[in-house]
Amino acid sequence: MISMDVLVIDYGMGNLGSVRRSLEECGARVIVSDNPKDIESVAKVVLPGVGAFADGMANLNKLGWVSAIYDAVKKERLPLLGICLGMQLLADKGYEGGETAGLGLVPGKVIRLEPDSPNTKIPHIGWNEVNQTKSDYIFNGIDDGTDFYFVHSYHFVSTDTEHILATTPFCNKFVSAVAAGNIIGVQFHPEKSGYPGLQLLENFLKI
Amino acid sequence: MLKVRVIPTLLWKGVGLVKGIGFDSWRRVGTVMPAIKVYNTRQVDELIIVDITATAEKRSPDYNEIEEFAAECFVPLTVGGGINSIDDIKNLLRAGADKVCINRATYDNPGIVQKAADKFGSQCIVVSIDARRHPDGNYECLSHCGMRPTGKEPGIWAKEMEQRGAGEILITSVERDGTMLGYDLELIRMVAECVNIPVIASGGAGNYHHMYEAVSQGRCSAVAAASMFHFTQQTPMEAKQYLSSKGVPVRNVNVR
Repeated sequence: MISMDVLVIDYGMGNLGSVRRSLEECGARVIVSDNPKDIESVAKVVLPGVGAFADGMANLNKLGWVSAIYDAVKKERLPLLGICLGMQLLADKGYEGGETAGLGLVPGKVIRLEPDSPNTKIPHIGWNEVNQTKSDYIFNGIDDGTDFYFVHSYHFVSTDTEHILATTPFCNKFVSAVAAGNIIGVQFHPEKSGYPGLQLLENFLKI
Repeated sequence: MLKVRVIPTLLWKGVGLVKGIGFDSWRRVGTVMPAIKVYNTRQVDELIIVDITATAEKRSPDYNEIEEFAAECFVPLTVGGGINSIDDIKNLLRAGADKVCINRATYDNPGIVQKAADKFGSQCIVVSIDARRHPDGNYECLSHCGMRPTGKEPGIWAKEMEQRGAGEILITSVERDGTMLGYDLELIRMVAECVNIPVIASGGAGNYHHMYEAVSQGRCSAVAAASMFHFTQQTPMEAKQYLSSKGVPVRNVNVR
């Protein structure tokens, strides 16, 4: 069991219940909060989220999260895990709902998936392989090529391949995990990916 | 490669799980929570749970129950039944549903799909279409648990729902439902060819080969089944092994 306080940022973007439950399943004490002050009392931060990039940034700004997140990860060096939209918001900018500046924590941009054949259906919904391009603690105990659960229409494009942890073969291939120092982002939903997903969350809690 | 999903459907009525034939003759098949726990342990690809009496009883979904189910479910959970408003959707997502499945409300108020997609994202809005084949060969969408004709043609309706922002279509053949005679392949293929979003085939699965047909001939992205898993020894895992042997990409599961 890993006993520590993890903050799940509540900025009005989707399903936090399953993220909270799965972190608890891994042994964490979880605080779900919409108050940026709470970031000061925790050891780790999870930025979840489902929805459009522009709405996500608007909500983070409105609630005062942007500077709080920046201080926590840049000054205090707290580990942060972005999930799905939470991963995309780490980028410099996104194009869903109009061009919008992101958190700028992992260099890159977020653009729409472009079908590579007439049979490709978007959104990308379902289980697909996560091919690890770099060995990282976050994949400890998880086989290369393990299927994780995805639900999204946009994807992260890294400025620098150095930040790419994994790719997934869909619409040719897209970046499904990124990292920059203490900041990690995954496009898939570990909280909905069964045992491999729980393993990934446990790895995040262990660092 | 994106995998074809095998999805058990749980129909929930009052306190129990039920399964009917042709959307009627409901038979009690157990309780919900143990089923969710078993499917979670077996690492199914996804679960669909529908409260089949919510609409008839003119009530909202039971959010507290959903919250309890979701707490035991670490695989994607789609919840349907009794959804009338954006608030219903918000409450279900908050309770832990990953996606919601809307049927009747799409006919009364098609704008709900657009509003919901704008607010929560298309990825969590599944539009459920129940359809029946008429003697002349034409199909018609039915609402209210298969009881009320709508005058809509399933392919055209599915396309409209896609344009309004649906992220997936769950297409169910009312007369095949519960028969275990196989999916209505013509219906599934027609809908799958009308839209560019994933289509989940439902109604009629009785064996693994039916699932293969739904994928190879029906061109669906996922197959749902209820009776086959309730009333026979067949399992989602074996279904995937069969599909895999036929060259269909499915998810391999490493059970810890």
